Amino acid sequence: MSSIGRTLGRDVLRDIAVTCLAVLFIGLSYGATAIASGFPLWVPAAQSVLVLAGASEFLFIGIVAAGGNPLAAALAGLLVNARHLPYGLALPDITGPDITGPRVTGRGWRRMVGTHVMNDESVVFALAQDDLPGKRAAYWACGLGVLICWPGGAVLGALIGSAVHDTGAFGLDAMFPAVILALIVPDLRDRMTLQAALAGAAVALAATPFLPAGLPVLLALVAVLPLLRQRPSAVTAEAGATAEPGAVPKSGATPKSGATPEADGKSGEQSVGAR
Amino acid sequence: MKDTTLVVVGMATLAAGTYAFRLSGQLLRARISFPPRAGKLLEAATVILLAALVATTALTEGHGFSGFARPAGVLVGGVLAWRKAPFLVVVIAAAATAALLRLAGVR
Repeated sequence: MSSIGRTLGRDVLRDIAVTCLAVLFIGLSYGATAIASGFPLWVPAAQSVLVLAGASEFLFIGIVAAGGNPLAAALAGLLVNARHLPYGLALPDITGPDITGPRVTGRGWRRMVGTHVMNDESVVFALAQDDLPGKRAAYWACGLGVLICWPGGAVLGALIGSAVHDTGAFGLDAMFPAVILALIVPDLRDRMTLQAALAGAAVALAATPFLPAGLPVLLALVAVLPLLRQRPSAVTAEAGATAEPGAVPKSGATPKSGATPEADGKSGEQSVGAR
Repeated sequence: MKDTTLVVVGMATLAAGTYAFRLSGQLLRARISFPPRAGKLLEAATVILLAALVATTALTEGHGFSGFARPAGVLVGGVLAWRKAPFLVVVIAAAATAALLRLAGVR
């Protein structure tokens, strides 16, 4: 892990630091909210270390403070955190060498910590890097940064209390979505990914008034279904359009194939190929 | 806080369950061998999840509308990010836009 700095370079490290600072600010408001809701200091302190997933902790505190059953609050929080399962599916070999691989050094405490620091920020930074060493270094740097900043902010916020209660005045609530959005923008430049992301976001927004928190975001995954159907056929169409399947020419060679399949073929090729 | 024991049990449930979610995706991934295209699809699925997270955290609060200030701030940040502005500028611009709008009375 000493190679994190060398692998990532200054720019990525600075971005991670900014993100961790934003997490610290949100943690301040979390700790303050918990105290204002009548919880003792150890509740936000323990939650922030052991759960390490902000939205679900806010929800837990909110439901219990409103008189809800803590077990029901835990289930609601788990629903919010269910997105970590697809995160783990999408990010292989991040927390250590593959456990089925020849090296098993990632089996012990390193894998445990690496699993625990999986969160929106560490995942999105890993996603934004090009190669596996970069992904792994970004994941660890951001994950460990959040592991320090989120509980640190929560405890600090609980200690200073109501002074930081109104985070809206500083626009801090706009920081988290802006951080995530900024980091997925490079992926959204791919037209098909953008369409799928917009469709998923629309599904989640439409479902929000009717479903418990966390479920709308999971429901957005239906937007991946068109990609399942289109990408393979797009690749096939591309291969079929050119005489040799192995060739990679990009001229609009077959005018008869029509505009739509050709466009799909192009973006499909692009995203399946070098990216 | 009413019942400390029950709250502790709730906290432990949330912590253990969240860890189980974090672990199970990776374990599944290690068990099943994915073709390269499935890897790309899983990455697209993650982008979709994150985009939905951006949309819901920017536009909604509970089951309702969050007000205009926050999504306006996120939109400004998004436009700046699209135009390849530095990350720090994006984040500060988003927060500052929301804060200034609220200062001006926009909720």
